[in-house]
Amino acid sequence: MGLLARRNLFHDKVRFAVTLTGIVFALVLIIIQFGLFLGFTTTTSNNIDHSNADVWIVFHGVGYFDTGRTFSERKFYQVLATPGVAEAEKYMQAFARWKRPDGRIENIQIIGVRPGSRMGQPWNVTVGSAASLKEEDAVLVDELYKEKLGVWNIGDRVEIGGHRARVAGFTRGIRSFTTSPFVYASFKSSLDYTNPTSNESDVGYILVKAAPEISVEQLMKNLRGRLSDVDIYSTAEFSRKTRFYWMFTTGAGLAVLTAALMGLIVGVAVVAQTIYAATMDHIREYGTLKAMGATNNYLYRVLIEQAVWSAVLGYGLAMIVAHFIVTGSEKGGALILMPFEMKVGMFVLSNVMCVAAAMVSINKVTKLDPAMVFRG
Amino acid sequence: MNSAKVETVIRAERISKVYGEGTAAFRALSDVDLIIRAGELTLLMGPSGSGKTTLLSILGCILRASEGSLEILGQQVEGMPEKELPRIRREAIGFVFQGFNLFPALTAKENVALALDVRGTGRAKAEERAEKLIREVGLEQKGKSYPADLSGGQKQRVAIARALAGDPPIVLADEPTAALDSASGKNVIELLQKLAHEHGRAVVIVTHDPRVLSYGDRIIHLEDGRIAGEETGGEIADNAIMAMTA
Repeated sequence: MGLLARRNLFHDKVRFAVTLTGIVFALVLIIIQFGLFLGFTTTTSNNIDHSNADVWIVFHGVGYFDTGRTFSERKFYQVLATPGVAEAEKYMQAFARWKRPDGRIENIQIIGVRPGSRMGQPWNVTVGSAASLKEEDAVLVDELYKEKLGVWNIGDRVEIGGHRARVAGFTRGIRSFTTSPFVYASFKSSLDYTNPTSNESDVGYILVKAAPEISVEQLMKNLRGRLSDVDIYSTAEFSRKTRFYWMFTTGAGLAVLTAALMGLIVGVAVVAQTIYAATMDHIREYGTLKAMGATNNYLYRVLIEQAVWSAVLGYGLAMIVAHFIVTGSEKGGALILMPFEMKVGMFVLSNVMCVAAAMVSINKVTKLDPAMVFRG
Repeated sequence: MNSAKVETVIRAERISKVYGEGTAAFRALSDVDLIIRAGELTLLMGPSGSGKTTLLSILGCILRASEGSLEILGQQVEGMPEKELPRIRREAIGFVFQGFNLFPALTAKENVALALDVRGTGRAKAEERAEKLIREVGLEQKGKSYPADLSGGQKQRVAIARALAGDPPIVLADEPTAALDSASGKNVIELLQKLAHEHGRAVVIVTHDPRVLSYGDRIIHLEDGRIAGEETGGEIADNAIMAMTA
């Protein structure tokens, strides 16, 4: 049985190559589409997920990260005075205009943080350090956007919102899903860059760290008891809300989601068609086996073994191809993620798809016209 | 028939087969009574559409009769659950097909061993028996050859070895010589005759080939799904000479 399954698969090398190509194409398509989906969703909430905060306090009605509404600094002090708060930090996010050294203008998203804080800092700093944001006019940008922003080295000078700024370091892999790259600055500088006339006491968000003896839920309760006109979220909750907003209420998110689903459907169809065709190529042989007295279980086992071999080999090749694509995407405009769970999921999916497709064709075998077996 | 063994292995009574329903119904067999005995080589002959293959399919438990009674080795087949039929095929029947139906991805020996694998025989035992059967059909040098590297006659010998793998008392062959030249056809029919006469198997062959007439112990003529006549002994020899010289 095992011999027949393997030989049938490998005997016709062209047929086998076609089968594997179909499976690899389908799996890579699904990986890319879902990887893009994951990359997109992860990117939308990157700053929240890396904030190291337990609680985010935002202006009332702000349902996601990228909305620039500020509130009075007074609330920051109310937070500090709330029982269970270990630390609190002011945090700012706003769109601004970046004037490159060559005079060209680009839109950016400024992230204002308190240098040296445990929360809200840029991560993956490869050149310079987050602490350098203490220096006047210092900003950190990501390596991905060097060309877009026209800066290549530490010390390169630009203007943000008409104010001087100086590149003090680079991060790696902090990408924006919009066309506006994230630029990190001190909280004070970020206010200057985004709204020079604003009151310095304005705050975009307050990040809070819970004291060790209190749960995040209890801390949020305490905060809600003290603050008004703000919304209070756990980090996970705010991250989820931001992802949900971009994925399900915007054209961009729906496009990525639709593409991912289409990728899955097309991938499943390609695998089904490929395996079905490969099985039907041997339909006469299965008919002969039946005539010889093979039970349906015997045929199922042959078909399943063939399908599993196809799935495992196809999966292996697809992973190699996907690895190169995913690695390449790290330096490109769109992030494609392939976490471990996705690898496991794809392995299961590839096996399920191949076996299910093979099972569909077994109906043909079980309903064979006996004349087919007897005629040459 | 030159064997003393006359045990009945297949008893078919009033077998009918209707394909389709209502106005589209087509009656392929009508009230066929037939007895197949061990040690006999029985030829089923008749024009295209006369129901030969349908009858062979029913005798081989691949197709169920619409009406009538079929008994194989004393077991009533009609009314038997569908899942029991493969067991009857495995235990009682070996098939030989016009188009050989060998597995192209397997060697000659592996093709034979596969028939034993289907029966649940262990690999070592299956290989040993396959080797023996391949030798018995005169292909000891070709055991490791793939079907694509064998002549038509050699392929049919492998198919016969495969049909014998489970040591079945009944061998059903559909036009086994049709795709063969006269020398290969003669070898194959002689081999099938040997199975009947020397090994006591019941061999039933559906054929159009006049070259095989003289090998049959019995010839059953089918026309329009009914048995139109039966020849035995001397009648066959006379008719065979006439057919060959016509």
